[in-house]
Amino acid sequence: MIVVGGSFGALAASAHVPLLLTVAMSVFVFAGGSQFLAVAVIASGGAPLAAVLGGLLLNLRHLPFGLAVGDLVGRSWPARLLGTHLMVDEVVAFARSRPDPARARRGYWLVGALMFLGWNLGTVLGALSGAAVPDPARFGVDAAFPAALLALLLPALRRADAARVALLGAALALVATRWLPAGLPVLLALVGLVAAGRAPKGELVR
Amino acid sequence: MNLTGWAVASLAVGTYLVRLSGLLLRRRLRIPDGVRRYLDLGATALLIALVATAALVQGEGFAGWARPIGVALGAVAAWRRLPLLVVVLVAAAGTAGLRLAGVP
Repeated sequence: MIVVGGSFGALAASAHVPLLLTVAMSVFVFAGGSQFLAVAVIASGGAPLAAVLGGLLLNLRHLPFGLAVGDLVGRSWPARLLGTHLMVDEVVAFARSRPDPARARRGYWLVGALMFLGWNLGTVLGALSGAAVPDPARFGVDAAFPAALLALLLPALRRADAARVALLGAALALVATRWLPAGLPVLLALVGLVAAGRAPKGELVR
Repeated sequence: MNLTGWAVASLAVGTYLVRLSGLLLRRRLRIPDGVRRYLDLGATALLIALVATAALVQGEGFAGWARPIGVALGAVAAWRRLPLLVVVLVAAAGTAGLRLAGVP
């Protein structure tokens, strides 16, 4: 996470985004994909409005995430308001990979806090060292993120209905990347729910 | 053009509201078990689609072979129930090695 944060900081620095704004983005937006997208849009000459809309589109997937992990975050308002901010892909996947609710809740907060610290520390280091940061692709960092998510999701995929839905959803999203702007293809995966069928027999729905 | 404070603030507030609205909706609605199952399946489908696109797509085209092969190696490690850290290292090392060998 520090490495990816570092490459975000370095990219922002090379796109002449002021240090304060770069750090503010990592602290207050805290959604890696949309931050990369926004900076890339600006760096390629796009309008700030396009950067904002693109980033928001990419983040729409957090709405169903909130529905899915709503019970884990906690009941008090401070917990909800703070927990909301930690709702990133890895945290959702990690929390959902814990079957027992108490451990899922602990995992949500622990992984969320670690991700937040790592991401922001990386951003500051990357922004300060700018172009001196080596290309993270050389170290295969871009393969680490999908592999980690997949590992966290593997237990859920052992259920036949989840595997069907996920496979169809992923296929639709992949095909759609040719035509739809970033963010929408992943949302299209929800169409995969048509393959849900009936709940597996004898399965207690959580 | 440069990124303005207003743009960053709008992205931050918008993202926060998207996250919060799902969470609050969950609180407001009494969600029947059948719907809850769909929410769980939907979250899995979204995340797997994210894995698939992140592994295979760069911009609007194919990301090259090095990355998906690295992810696949990581997947094998995960399937063998190796720890998460090993999965991540296997994936990154596989992709880095392939790139070193000239695979895009």
